[in-house]
Amino acid sequence: MNGGRPITEDDLQGYIDDAIDSRRRAEVQAYLASHPEVAERIAIDRALRDTLRDALAPIADEPVPAELNLSRLVDRHRRPRRDWRSGPWQVAAALLLMVLGGAGGWGLRSVQEPPRAGIAALAQEATESYAVYAPDMGRPVEIKAADAPQLVQWASRRLERPVSIPDLSGAGYSFIGGRVVPTPHGPAVLYMFDNGKGTRLTLLARNMAVDRDTPMKLETEGHVTSVSWSRDGLGFSLVGPLDQAQIHPIADVARAQFSRAI
Amino acid sequence: MRDMMLLIEPLIPRLRRYARVLLRDSAAADDLVQDCLERAISRWHQRRADGDARAWLFTILHNLAMNRMRQTARRGAHVQVEDASPAAVARAPDQEAGIHQRDVLQALDRLPDDQRAVLLLVTIEELSYADAAKALGVPIGTVMSRLSRARTRLREEIAGRDQPAVSHLRRVK
Repeated sequence: MNGGRPITEDDLQGYIDDAIDSRRRAEVQAYLASHPEVAERIAIDRALRDTLRDALAPIADEPVPAELNLSRLVDRHRRPRRDWRSGPWQVAAALLLMVLGGAGGWGLRSVQEPPRAGIAALAQEATESYAVYAPDMGRPVEIKAADAPQLVQWASRRLERPVSIPDLSGAGYSFIGGRVVPTPHGPAVLYMFDNGKGTRLTLLARNMAVDRDTPMKLETEGHVTSVSWSRDGLGFSLVGPLDQAQIHPIADVARAQFSRAI
Repeated sequence: MRDMMLLIEPLIPRLRRYARVLLRDSAAADDLVQDCLERAISRWHQRRADGDARAWLFTILHNLAMNRMRQTARRGAHVQVEDASPAAVARAPDQEAGIHQRDVLQALDRLPDDQRAVLLLVTIEELSYADAAKALGVPIGTVMSRLSRARTRLREEIAGRDQPAVSHLRRVK
């Protein structure tokens, strides 16, 4: 007998979990040496602990899904949804305007409606096109990358100016094809890119009546960010499920190529 | 914000694992972790600067998990852990030790929730007894007794496997 404090069940648990100091540990070891039936039980508990750790280790090795991307969650937290555009506030605002001036309720139109022109409208259209075509597994594009010259010809004819396809392979995105899509401001060309891991980007380009030369504007809605700019009357908007820091450099690559090409 | 990223991000895989084993449902577990992270982001400034981020996060996650499990219990849903996480049980049995991972996972799955939670926090996520007590909102003595009971039960279940007749009876719910 060691003559010290008696060994408790807590000491045994602490021994299994390596949670006791070295002196107490030595006392537990001495106890176990003279109590083989307890020693056997503790050995099984330790083996069970190790087996459980091994069995559950693969879960912690899995790639973390996109919804749990912390920087994206932080970003969403920093830019809360524009609550005043929806829900009870919208109703309250409508009622207030109605009360204030009868037909004055029309004033709400400017709040409710999407931007009607310029770079903000372009970003909106590009985001809508992205939402429709990028998740399409069967036919995301009408003309595939193999027929790129045909697509460029089609786009250039509809936009009445040459619109080339940017090379984003340096950023890991390969061109998969595109189509001409309608917008309230005439035809636009939509080019689509894929990184081979299920992430797609779209680039929408159309003629601009206003905001004909605009620096880049970034906008994030939910998971999706758009980067929009225009040059010489041609507007571009790159859209993808990335945060602003990720998509901005890709847009820079595209913009640099168009500056050279056009 | 930057120190928050550095402290929280490496813990996300562990949070996912804890939630998945506790809830036995990987999609629900990831939803729960997302809730947990959103709460952590919005309450980061309320956290005691000297406190341990890991204990704090597991506290948030555990409380969310308990709420969710109470709701699920009312609906009567139950998914076995092996259905929820094939990766966790697809590995070869640990023949040398004579203990099969599948058996241990099944035994874990049959522990009462409070015992399973303690065992996971202490042995898998390696929280100290004090931090586990904080995360679970119970005194440290309760952590110790639940841990001891959880281990006894696991041991008995596994021993039962060696005698098929006994384990068969035990397995009937």
